[in-house]
Amino acid sequence: MSKHINPVVLITGILVGAAAVMLTALGNPPNMGFCIACFIRDIAGSLKLHTAEPVQYFRPEIVGLILGSTIMSLSSKEFRAKAGSSPATRFILGAFVMIGALVFLGCPLRMVIRMGGGDLNAFVGLAGFFAGILIGVFFLKKGFTLKRTYEVTKTEGFALPGIFVLLFVLFLAVPALFVFSESGPGSKHAPAVIALIVALVIGAMAQKSRLCMVGGMRDAVMFKDFNLLSGFAAIFVTVLIGNIALGNFAGFSTVSQPISHSSELWNFLGMALAGWGSVLLGGCPLRQLILAGEGNGDSAVTVLGMLVGAAFAHNFKLAGSADAVNDGVYTVGGIAPTGQAAVIIGFVVLLIISLANCTMLKKEGN
Amino acid sequence: MIDARGQSCPIPVVMVQDAVKKGNNPSELQVKVDAMVCVENISRYAASQGYTVSTEESDGEYTLTLKK
Repeated sequence: MSKHINPVVLITGILVGAAAVMLTALGNPPNMGFCIACFIRDIAGSLKLHTAEPVQYFRPEIVGLILGSTIMSLSSKEFRAKAGSSPATRFILGAFVMIGALVFLGCPLRMVIRMGGGDLNAFVGLAGFFAGILIGVFFLKKGFTLKRTYEVTKTEGFALPGIFVLLFVLFLAVPALFVFSESGPGSKHAPAVIALIVALVIGAMAQKSRLCMVGGMRDAVMFKDFNLLSGFAAIFVTVLIGNIALGNFAGFSTVSQPISHSSELWNFLGMALAGWGSVLLGGCPLRQLILAGEGNGDSAVTVLGMLVGAAFAHNFKLAGSADAVNDGVYTVGGIAPTGQAAVIIGFVVLLIISLANCTMLKKEGN
Repeated sequence: MIDARGQSCPIPVVMVQDAVKKGNNPSELQVKVDAMVCVENISRYAASQGYTVSTEESDGEYTLTLKK
């Protein structure tokens, strides 16, 4: 292991793992204490951007993560309003990262939390995620860049935090504006104020530590730098210990895992799409929220891309269906043909974006 | 001077890695970045390659000097 592991990353990983177990104990869906993709998808549903009834709730965790990062970065003078690095491309990447994650049924953070819950399907997702990261790393080594950002007016930096604060105030003051699931994952949630406070702390720590699920593997492969990977490992170990301590752990299996399917090819391909897209974006969905909180307008656009991607995922039945027991018969869930097509289209789009933005490939071509 | 200002993670480190490889471990390199996270990432990579790093800050921009 590298000598250069920042203890703040380890501590943040432990806190994220503990918070995930705690939020599930307080009401969040199983193995979903935190899931950036699922929670943005639930918010999209609560705002009526999609009409999938089981997944509609305004998740305070997303607000807390963004605001925690804003508060921490303002206090450490790291808050900088920046933008201008291929925003439309980032919007599209955000949408496809979301679609890949919802095919698998979870963002990279939920993948780790599911692994700690004993869900072997998530380990297949991990293999796909790693494969996607390797493809992204190949293009980074070929000079991939979405070009640089520039300093912009401070209001740009507060745009996304401001939108989410406004929505959260409306959620508390006029809940009738939103729709909420009566059954399914969207109906399961920790008390809003507790979820917000926990997420504020995690958001602040994630800003400080630079915790990133994709960054851990990417840096280990590219630079033999294990700093961020230590946070990834800490989340897994903490969730595993937490689940065992609370009696929620029933061994490792692919069968009957909560909000999970065992169509392993699509677990692999969904996370490969999410991994590749996240490398091109420079960070996983959690990291995009944190960067948006620090004033990065490009990450704000990426988050909006994820919101729209989530709406598409449920309006066009692209997202995975969980394995379930119906009338006493265990039914394997998986991906509808529309979802399979969306993943393949996603790979083609990512390939085009990767090739079009590789400076070295262009030079070699000349 | 490598200008890595405004680049997303981990491109500043890739730019330094390229310069180290192409220059066959040069004894001195200078890099300009505009985010603390890039200072940290480049410093970790430079240390792993045996460089000592000094950093100067001016108007939110950082100039890193790598020496060995």
